Amino acid sequence: MSERKDIALTINGADYEVSVDPRWTLADVIRDHCGQTGTHLGCEHGICGACTVLVDDVPMRSCLMFGVQADGKKIRTVEGLADGEEYHPLQKAFMENHALQCGYCTPGFLMLATGILEAEPDISDEDLNDVLSSNLCRCTGYANIVKAVRAARDEMKAAG
Amino acid sequence: MATATNKMLGHLGDSVERLEDPPLVTGKGRFVGDINFPHQLHMRIVRSPYAHGKIKSVDTSEAKAHPGVVAVWTTDDIEDVPPIDFREGSNPTLALFRQYALARELVRYVGDPVAAVFAEDPYTAEDASELVVLDVEPLPALIRADDPPQDFKGQATTEAAVVEQGYGDLEEAFSSAYKVVEIEAKVGRHTGVPMECRGAIGRYDASRDVLEMYGAAKVPHRNRDTLCRMLNRPASGVHLFEGHTGGGFGIRGELYPEDVLVCVAAMRLGRPVKWIEDRQEHLMAANHSRQQIHKIRAAVEEDGNILALDDELYLDQGGYIRTHGTRVANMTTGTLPGPYRIPVYRSICHFRLTNKTPAATYRSPGRCESTFVRERLMDEIATELDLDPVAVRRRNLIALEEMPWHRDLDVLGDSVEHDPGDYAGLLDQGLEQMHWDELQKELAQRRDNGEMVGVGLSMFFEKSGLGPSDGAKIFVDGTGHIEVVTGGASLGQGFETAMAQICAEDLGTDYRRIRVVHGQTNRIDYGVGAHASRATVLTGTAVSKTAQAVRAKALEMAAELLQTTPDALDITDGVIHSKDNPSGPSLTLGEVAEALAPTSPSRGDRTPYLAGEEWFNIDHQTYPYGHHIAVVKVDGETGEVEIEKYFIAYDIGRSINPMMIEGQLVGGLAQGIGGALYEEFTYSEAGDPQSVTFADYLIPTLHEIPNPEILLTEDFPSIRTPLGIKGAGEAGITGALAAVAAAIDDAIGIPGAIRETPISPQRLKKILSERA
Repeated sequence: MSERKDIALTINGADYEVSVDPRWTLADVIRDHCGQTGTHLGCEHGICGACTVLVDDVPMRSCLMFGVQADGKKIRTVEGLADGEEYHPLQKAFMENHALQCGYCTPGFLMLATGILEAEPDISDEDLNDVLSSNLCRCTGYANIVKAVRAARDEMKAAG
Repeated sequence: MATATNKMLGHLGDSVERLEDPPLVTGKGRFVGDINFPHQLHMRIVRSPYAHGKIKSVDTSEAKAHPGVVAVWTTDDIEDVPPIDFREGSNPTLALFRQYALARELVRYVGDPVAAVFAEDPYTAEDASELVVLDVEPLPALIRADDPPQDFKGQATTEAAVVEQGYGDLEEAFSSAYKVVEIEAKVGRHTGVPMECRGAIGRYDASRDVLEMYGAAKVPHRNRDTLCRMLNRPASGVHLFEGHTGGGFGIRGELYPEDVLVCVAAMRLGRPVKWIEDRQEHLMAANHSRQQIHKIRAAVEEDGNILALDDELYLDQGGYIRTHGTRVANMTTGTLPGPYRIPVYRSICHFRLTNKTPAATYRSPGRCESTFVRERLMDEIATELDLDPVAVRRRNLIALEEMPWHRDLDVLGDSVEHDPGDYAGLLDQGLEQMHWDELQKELAQRRDNGEMVGVGLSMFFEKSGLGPSDGAKIFVDGTGHIEVVTGGASLGQGFETAMAQICAEDLGTDYRRIRVVHGQTNRIDYGVGAHASRATVLTGTAVSKTAQAVRAKALEMAAELLQTTPDALDITDGVIHSKDNPSGPSLTLGEVAEALAPTSPSRGDRTPYLAGEEWFNIDHQTYPYGHHIAVVKVDGETGEVEIEKYFIAYDIGRSINPMMIEGQLVGGLAQGIGGALYEEFTYSEAGDPQSVTFADYLIPTLHEIPNPEILLTEDFPSIRTPLGIKGAGEAGITGALAAVAAAIDDAIGIPGAIRETPISPQRLKKILSERA
């Protein structure tokens, strides 16, 4: 077993110092060592996107990153989306549009969409489809996810 | 029902938001991977890399010596644990083919559990699992169900069962036929593949002698009963707990080897034991499904009238028979005639073991497969008789006047009796909504312009609400909050919301004041879980009956307190008031609950609590029906199929929450398109699985799934249930393989070209190149 390395990262604004095994994935660090279990693992090889989190505001698959690579980074997960009691527009839109059933892929879709809508508030429907096709959902057939993200985009834009 | 003052939400038929959603969109869900217990161990399974072989030795010494490893088990360590039994109870004729929690003497598929490593953390368990040395003498692998059966343990052959169903005189029907139309059709091996892999935590409380399992799903009560039987424990000493479940689709929540292992290990090692499956394991260890080869012939008259169907099929069961026994064979042979009359019928299923991952039910088991086969045959009949495919179907549909239509076939112990429904009428509505005639012309014109575009239709009947009975308990507390306790289960389909809406309707309260309990075997003795589209139909009706009983008790108590009669009262938004004078004297449900408390002087000799428990018995399943229409475009260069348009018509009887029903239909369709075009477990000749990652097993993304049009009708409420409801979980998938196949035939202009799913680009290119 290789030696542990001390890293410091922030998750949703809170500081964490973790002594990590170099082979631990970021997903495992977030879930098992920082106790934020909202981030889910669906395939552990970068295809399904359930584990998507924002690393310095960019959507990343936390199963494909090692914890040590996140040293000094700012991580955002689904737990940090709502503003206190106030849902994020995406969370609201997912509920209103029935964009989730089992909810397992939902955190990944929410973080993917958050990242893209923050970076490209005016993203076209077509480009949005391309981005959202990078994550898998097995329950909804996607139609309502698309509806929800478009609705949130429009609302976020209107709110400026 | 709604009144001017009524601010309540969640009546029957309202598309309200789901009660389930807030924790799931905020990361507060509790999936099995999120649950931990102090001092827990982590289990890792060592799986067979051989498809078939005799186990000579399993050397665990090096793994045991690895730091952090607490124990390593082979089958010798759990010699007293019997093979995993059938959900419906013991079955002597199939018993031989059951799977042990750890392989004994033989390994029968790649992925067969051979040893279990228990360690302090999951990384260590996985490291040590690689140190287990397996010595296996390979045996020839059987990978095709239509190849000759092999010996099974010197006591039987791999043809574990022959399931035959039918009625009428085949010989006479075929001898009087104008023509006999015959096809062979194959459904590929695919399965549910939920986004959450399986997981289980066993925990033993020695102080109370109670064994607990977390991560239960689908049928917790049934699995408790099986565990009790296998481990010789009373039901009061085994509790199963369902948390959030990341999709089920029939495959999650059956009792698997790993579930048994965490339970036995928790008791024997004296520490909680957690097991979380990875995706590669999932694709070679969780139930596969679907793979069947049918040879079917129809005796037909000149006008397309079918006199008889004669079907013989080979079902590829994989290495063992799991909890379902021969259920898929039964449902395939029992539902193949579909929505058509079929006066004479026979289906013989060769239920055969092979050296692949064991198979069982996946969403719409038996119906998805048989609908593909039957509807392909209907199209072939049209081709050979030079008739319109729609006309052939119409000629054979069971008419409304003939309902209820009895068929002497067995589906899960229930003789098939079609509920009244207007199959032809719904077809008319569907064709009209799709502008069928114009669509045909438009596609013909596009084909004339060189495009490969086409349309396909498939019709089906579904089954739902398998009985015989289910119960529910309702308790109203002093604050007016309501708890509904069921033995149902939730795999993500919105069970809590549906039950709350049903309860809210009868109790006159807002659905958001209702907490629905499911999947907890320590809260209610009996439960049917969630499978076979039965949860809403059966458990929902039990909830409705119980809510009515609680309502009656509340009104009776309130009438005494308000000095009136129960029938003069109504309940609105949790307030009991006079029907004639809604703003007059009133009581809340909570106040009535207080009046019925054990110590309350108002209670008199009434049974304490504003609570109730009622049961619902159903004599036959309900049989909803519908059809699918697909419009596709084929790329001749690549063999790629694009679904341009999709349409689903379905008669639900009565909707609880149309938004959730549409969600079920669209989600089912996505899986159906996966099965039709992309998803397949393939094997090498040696039995090596070739689809063990999401890079090989292709789940459709957003780009592959159209946004379908849905026609949801409530024209024929079920006569089997007081609410008229029928199930909705499976109709989105049932017709998909058949409709897509028919549309591709039409697009490439080769009737009957598609006889096998998935219709991969390779298969389609081959068909196209053979034509050229």
